[in-house]
Amino acid sequence: MPRYMLSVYGPAERPEFGGYPDKEAMLQAFADTGAFNEKLEREGYFVFADGLEAATTATTVDGQGETPVLTDGPYVETKEYLGGFWVIDAPDLDVALTLAAEGSKACRGKVEVRPFQTEESFKDMLGP
Amino acid sequence: MTEAPYDEALARAHHDEWGRVVAGLARRFGDLDVAEEAAAEAFATAAERWPVDGVPPNPGGWLTTTATRRAIDRLRRESKRDVKHQAAHMLLDDSPPEPTGPVEDDRLRLMFTCCHPALAMEARTALTLRLLGGLTVAEIAHAFLVPETTLAQRITRAKAKIKAAHIPYAVPSAGDVRERLAGVLAVLYLVFNEGYLASGGTHAVRIDLSDEAIRLCRLLRTLVPDDGEVTGLLALMLLTDARRAARVSRSGELVTLEEQDRGVWDRRLIEEGHALVRERLSAVAAGGPAPGRYQLLAAINAVHTAAPAARDTDWSQVVALYDRLVALDPSPIVRLNRAVALAELDGPHVALAEVDRLAEALDGYHALHVTRADLLRRLGRSAAARASYDRAIELAANPAERTYLERRRDQLTGE
Repeated sequence: MPRYMLSVYGPAERPEFGGYPDKEAMLQAFADTGAFNEKLEREGYFVFADGLEAATTATTVDGQGETPVLTDGPYVETKEYLGGFWVIDAPDLDVALTLAAEGSKACRGKVEVRPFQTEESFKDMLGP
Repeated sequence: MTEAPYDEALARAHHDEWGRVVAGLARRFGDLDVAEEAAAEAFATAAERWPVDGVPPNPGGWLTTTATRRAIDRLRRESKRDVKHQAAHMLLDDSPPEPTGPVEDDRLRLMFTCCHPALAMEARTALTLRLLGGLTVAEIAHAFLVPETTLAQRITRAKAKIKAAHIPYAVPSAGDVRERLAGVLAVLYLVFNEGYLASGGTHAVRIDLSDEAIRLCRLLRTLVPDDGEVTGLLALMLLTDARRAARVSRSGELVTLEEQDRGVWDRRLIEEGHALVRERLSAVAAGGPAPGRYQLLAAINAVHTAAPAARDTDWSQVVALYDRLVALDPSPIVRLNRAVALAELDGPHVALAEVDRLAEALDGYHALHVTRADLLRRLGRSAAARASYDRAIELAANPAERTYLERRRDQLTGE
């Protein structure tokens, strides 16, 4: 079954209450997201899900040279960074999109749906 | 007339069978590239064989069989191992298509795949015209005024996304079908309008685009006969297309509805369009769902085409229909069209006040300035009318329309 990553992006530095209007709203979003996760597990779509600390806590490592080079901060410089994600198995994109819409409503954020590479797509990349 | 019969048969088969062959292969092999290339090979083989062997009694069946064999050959060539097994299985697979939704037709599934909301609008139109209409990449690129390489890339990317993201070859479930059908209709209407009022350039392929949109909409109607909006869009396109011959003058100038020679309107298309509108009216009267956008637009066009002369138009009926359309879609463009009808019913003063309320929202839209110019002209405000014509000409992309607007502007008497 195809596997998809559902990603939620947020600002580099989190405002108070993680960008939610107040504490109650934040707790409600957490509760709704928790309920959505349980639904994913119950219905057999769930692979993994979690939230990430702010992008400012990231360290980028380049180990390609003689000694690893460490840089403070994320690899890509953008306004919005990956804040959390789900990994789900779904029969096709339509199912993944329907679930993403529910996840988006639960966590109060836009959700990017992206398929994982498969053995087949890897073979296509290598060519005949 | 001088064409050899096999050429005609091949052209007809391409017109009638291309979409069916591609759609059948797409379902069976689950791969658009395989489907498209095998279909193209089958037509190439037909071009070689038919002049020698004669046209087969069932050209569609012959093409499907040949294309299926080509697809299996190709899959075998591409992989000596696992796919070989799969291909051997497919060769034996004579099972009828699995039911996947309210209607079972390979072309309908392919139409929903090509018009999937996860694809960009440009990709949806290009894929629909390529895979279902059988238009070449060059023809589509020409029609939409984009370089061939750009269009080829757009199609390749869309097909790669369909494959990698597993966009299903399926008609959406009954609950989602209406919503998704709206996207399919939007693509068809876009293709039709690009053919009917081209955004620029030459004409030849664009007329084909209107025909293609009508053909695909007819197909959609045979597949989903009870959806009012499908019927509505077909009626709308037929009633619009019926006026095609009267729309551009010999000197290449756009002729407005009011000034058109109604004698050259295509009566056959009008009759068909009126019949479809009547069909919808009785369905609604019998308690069916309220008419949507395309049904209301079709009804408006039915009122126009029912009038023997422009002055006989039932404007109160037109305005009433626009009122319902505004209730459904209060966008400034719909309100602008309503204002045009309102000018005929309540006079240019009333209409101008309404148009001026839309001026800010539609400043970059040429039709606003065309309407404004016309209302100002009728009110005798020549200088203001001239300024509006200038702005409309600046924004109009269609050459026939520009010529018309320049003449109207130059007819204004000084103020």
